[in-house]
Amino acid sequence: MTTLHHMGVAELAHALQTKQVSAVEVATAFLARTGGNPHNTFLDIDSEVTLTQAQASDARIAAGTAGALEGVPIAHKDVFVTRDFATTAGSKILSGYRSPFDATVVHKLGSAGMVTLGKVNCDEFAMGSANENSAYGAVTNPWDTTRIPGGSSGGSAAAVAARLTPAATGTDTGGSIRQPASFCGITGIKPTYGRASRYGMIAYASSLDQAGPMARSAEDCALLLSAMCGPDVDRDATSLDVPAENFSAKLGDSLAGLRIGIPKEFFGDGLAADVRTAIDAALKTLEAQGAKLVPITLPRTELAIPVYYIIAPAEASSNLSRFDGVKFGHRAKDYTDLVSMYKKTRAEGFGEEVKRRIMTGAYVLSHGYYDAYYLQAQKIRRMIADDFQRAFAECDVIAGPVAPTVAWKLGNNASDPLADYLADIFTLPASLAGLPGMSMPVGFGEGKMPVGMQLIGNYLQEARLLNVAHQYQLNTDFHNAKPEGV
Amino acid sequence: MTAPKLVQGYEVVIGFETHAQLSTNSKIFSRASVAFGAEPNTQACAVDMALPGTLPVMNLGAVERAIEFGLGVNAHIAERSIFARKNYFYPDLPKGYQISQFEIPVVQGGEVSFFLEVDKETVHKTVRLERAHLEEDAGKSLHEDSALGGGGQSGIDLNRAGTPLLEIVTQPDMRSSEEAVAYAKELHKIVTWLGICDGNMQEGSFRCDANVSVRKPGAPLGTRREIKNLNSFKFMQQAIDYEVRWQIDQIEDGHAIEQATVLFDPDTGETRAMRTKEDAADYRYFPDPDLPPLVIGRDWVERVKSEMAELPRVMAERFVKDYALPEYDATLLTQSKAAAAYFEATAKACGQPKLASNWIMGEVSRRLNSDEVTFDTMPVSAAQLGALISRIQDNTINNNSAKQVFEVLWTDGTSAEGAADPARVDAIIEAKGLKQMNDTGELEKIIDEVLAANPKNVEEFKAGNAKALNGLVGPIMKASKGKANPAQVNALLMKKLG
Repeated sequence: MTTLHHMGVAELAHALQTKQVSAVEVATAFLARTGGNPHNTFLDIDSEVTLTQAQASDARIAAGTAGALEGVPIAHKDVFVTRDFATTAGSKILSGYRSPFDATVVHKLGSAGMVTLGKVNCDEFAMGSANENSAYGAVTNPWDTTRIPGGSSGGSAAAVAARLTPAATGTDTGGSIRQPASFCGITGIKPTYGRASRYGMIAYASSLDQAGPMARSAEDCALLLSAMCGPDVDRDATSLDVPAENFSAKLGDSLAGLRIGIPKEFFGDGLAADVRTAIDAALKTLEAQGAKLVPITLPRTELAIPVYYIIAPAEASSNLSRFDGVKFGHRAKDYTDLVSMYKKTRAEGFGEEVKRRIMTGAYVLSHGYYDAYYLQAQKIRRMIADDFQRAFAECDVIAGPVAPTVAWKLGNNASDPLADYLADIFTLPASLAGLPGMSMPVGFGEGKMPVGMQLIGNYLQEARLLNVAHQYQLNTDFHNAKPEGV
Repeated sequence: MTAPKLVQGYEVVIGFETHAQLSTNSKIFSRASVAFGAEPNTQACAVDMALPGTLPVMNLGAVERAIEFGLGVNAHIAERSIFARKNYFYPDLPKGYQISQFEIPVVQGGEVSFFLEVDKETVHKTVRLERAHLEEDAGKSLHEDSALGGGGQSGIDLNRAGTPLLEIVTQPDMRSSEEAVAYAKELHKIVTWLGICDGNMQEGSFRCDANVSVRKPGAPLGTRREIKNLNSFKFMQQAIDYEVRWQIDQIEDGHAIEQATVLFDPDTGETRAMRTKEDAADYRYFPDPDLPPLVIGRDWVERVKSEMAELPRVMAERFVKDYALPEYDATLLTQSKAAAAYFEATAKACGQPKLASNWIMGEVSRRLNSDEVTFDTMPVSAAQLGALISRIQDNTINNNSAKQVFEVLWTDGTSAEGAADPARVDAIIEAKGLKQMNDTGELEKIIDEVLAANPKNVEEFKAGNAKALNGLVGPIMKASKGKANPAQVNALLMKKLG
């Protein structure tokens, strides 16, 4: 048997169900790897809680009542509220906050038998592309610790890449699953908006936020996504009333005749040569597997940046109003009256990027500016969604880069938040349209850093995306590559 | 339409915003209970407290009540309406925003019609509604001297947070405090009749805000001030009257009216500004991304319509048609379901709808008001009133005697033997000897005596003064101890004097 921490979700689930290893052994092995908190990935660990869950898994395996993912460990991005672990959303304002309930996604994965290893670091309230915006410190990239892991699900991606956990949950608002998956050489998928319940996911931008799995392979992601999705209409009004699906069922389909759309806007001057080389090679592999490349156009790709950076902050400015020091979380010590309490609490509790987005959001919603910014952005958002529908008339999936470059150096964009925003250009369009998108590792670029390819599908076409990625991964080995020393 | 009544030469313009708490069991966006009076914060769930990760989910019961209201006031039910966030910070607003409807409300248009007395004349008035929208209530801040507050601190009770409200907004159609109060009473009747609101004003289930302005007739609308939270009809009238006088005084003194929100202090009888337009917040409204548009299909509206109780105005129309009642009677009798039911039972028992209506609007109303009881708890049953009217109709007793019988029925009340039994009517007539004098001989004797004692009246009558007859009828009725049949008295008098 392979060393436990080198095993993926599917392998571990099989080993556990066939009683080659116990859930307690698996949990113990992974907990041991989190010692010293490599790459600053974990924000909360409680081995007692984890081992208790593992024991319960072992009991269910013994009793023959095991769930599909019984005993397999997972780490949750810290924007999912959890009863048994603190939840901070990477923010000082929620320092030590303990939720009285579990997020639906956490609950569903627990019901499938998964054991929670702990909570992982992320950009504060999921706002960021580099995981440098966490109040609890930046996460480093396991492939090169002088570089960022991507964001906002940077802790999730780094923990999977460093084999600290076989799987992690992430959330994707404008690329927060796909981009860190790309930067850390792992596989991650953001399903169609509404597929996974948002109940218990601390909201950043409600109309965009989606939960998804991050793991080593498409096969693993399919197992995880099957357990995460499903209607939750009694708790989340934006939850799609579509039955849960077994995303593993179609992994074996052939790619023969598959039409892959190649948007020309994703391959312009802004795309770094090293990334382009890796993507081109991957497309050739897919062609060799029977897929056909179809040139398409997504003409409003560049507009996705301003549109996103209006809509997301607008929603965030309102979503974050509840963090006011009155009911939970941080409250400033010295204040003179109500208004000073609000001001001091929020000034102390929120980081720079969060404040920047609250300010931007409040501005675009304010009287006299709403029509020019927010309404206009919503109009273009609909046009972007229409562009995709036109494209999907000609192709089955869309492929392109996840990000224009590989992971950059820590602190690189510290004085230039706009540089981070611009790097989101290829992930934002699918987010705005609510489409499923994923990232899979397809090679290495500058500094031997991983390069991810993005696959975008039409609504509810997650199974097709996972099928394409799985077929690719059957023929390549990039998803099994691991950072030095792991 | 009559010309609006002016106050010191000014026309009064009033519009209303009413918050009716909808009678659902649970909150508008969560499953917590809405029962009144529970211990603080025991009826606030994670959603109401806005704990991180919580989301609102629409309570369809609240929507259904909004649909009922819309149908009740002949409004358009929007097939697609939008929930928006109204953003502001306040401790009793847990999310930092209120979920309400802003640009596209669920109920659009509609009207409320009613009668009111103006200078002893009955006037029909229609107030147009602009809209009615669904929204959530905030919690309550409890300051120092309250159970939760104390030591200079404030407490927050979130039991009320998320309670479903229907905010009903009129056009500025009212022209006096009397019209305003009559409108509020009519609206109260509609929502309680429909059963969508318990109408309890003390507990805040029905709260009115009045937008008041004054202008010279024909001038554009004046600047309005909004009187908040009028929670009794009495205060409503006092507050508006004070506000109107205050605004006229200001204008007459050369001051401009500044747009403001004011509170009425029942102790001083005055209104006082809370905040002016300068303090007005920018609420940064935008569609709530947590709630998809509220879609109401025609089939839903039709189902609600088919399950709804007969509406007051529909019932009133039926009363006019089936019972040949004047519209005024029909409207008054449909002030409440209980009144209407009492009328219908009485009319059926005696077969005399107009007499039943007269009695209910007359004696019955008078006694209900003086004893502060309702149709549900009043001591005289519809069957008894019906029997009583039958006895007038068949000449057993006259109207005066009937009033005495009614008084006995009322006073003995439900404690009397056979309390609701119509047979008690005959028993009381018998016991009190109230049967009309049907013996012509005895009556003629009385008439002859009265004629002999009042020669002056006789002479005047014969000289052509018809009114002199009244001076004769009175003493005759008195001498008969009220038992004479007035029609018979008249007939005999005419015979003897003619």
